[in-house]
Amino acid sequence: MADATTTGKVGGSKPLSPHMQIWRWHVTMAASIFTRATGIALYAGALIAAGWFTALMLGPDAYGCYVGLLGSLLGKLVMFGLTISIFYHLAAGLRHLAFDMGAGFQPRTANMTAVGCFAFAVVASLVVWFLAWQTGGLH
Amino acid sequence: MSKQDFRTALGRARGLGSAHHGVNAFIIERGTSVALVPLCLWAVYAAIKVAPLGYESAVLLLRQPVNAILALLLVGVSFTHMRVGLKVVIEDYIETPLAKIAALMLNSAVCWLGWAVSSFAILWVAFVGGPVH
Repeated sequence: MADATTTGKVGGSKPLSPHMQIWRWHVTMAASIFTRATGIALYAGALIAAGWFTALMLGPDAYGCYVGLLGSLLGKLVMFGLTISIFYHLAAGLRHLAFDMGAGFQPRTANMTAVGCFAFAVVASLVVWFLAWQTGGLH
Repeated sequence: MSKQDFRTALGRARGLGSAHHGVNAFIIERGTSVALVPLCLWAVYAAIKVAPLGYESAVLLLRQPVNAILALLLVGVSFTHMRVGLKVVIEDYIETPLAKIAALMLNSAVCWLGWAVSSFAILWVAFVGGPVH
């Protein structure tokens, strides 16, 4: 067997870490990536909330303008994305707290809880937007 | 390691280990995440409640002590969680020392500023009520 240090090739006979393109996509991996992605999305969401508090302080004109922006089609799209993000990150956070305590690492369990996080995010978001629609918050 | 390095192996290795204070960030991230479970659920509930309201009613809602206190807690705990959370992301993906330090400082600045502005606005609405002049 050729020695990795004498063949001169990167990696040589050593196993290389798998690349995205040849790596089988699985749900726990998606769950991990989504946790980070939704965290970053919620960073923007917190700044939008900070803007809302500021607009409320500045008065009716600023508030009306800001709420108008949030209520536009693009605004609603962003808000729906943030709703998905908040519920996904919430469920994934609880899943990670269980991981921190050493629970839920069995592949079957980890797969099931990952799917559960996605399902919870979608269902909870739809319920919240249905309630917002019912109470007249979407006009 | 250059040719002019006359330090011993032990001398080179010293100070390259754990900084021994990473556990603090770990605990802050977990602690804030537990607090954010009820706070985020309240935030969603409050958002549904405030969505159909106009300016006056929104001000009256935030003037209620319970809502003002929960809003202060929400922004305080959220911006802390965000600062520690994005710090990990920056440390994972940005390797150039200068860019990393700049990104970490920007992250802290945005989070502290966001927290200060939000808290001031909440307190202003709660105590003064009307628009700022």
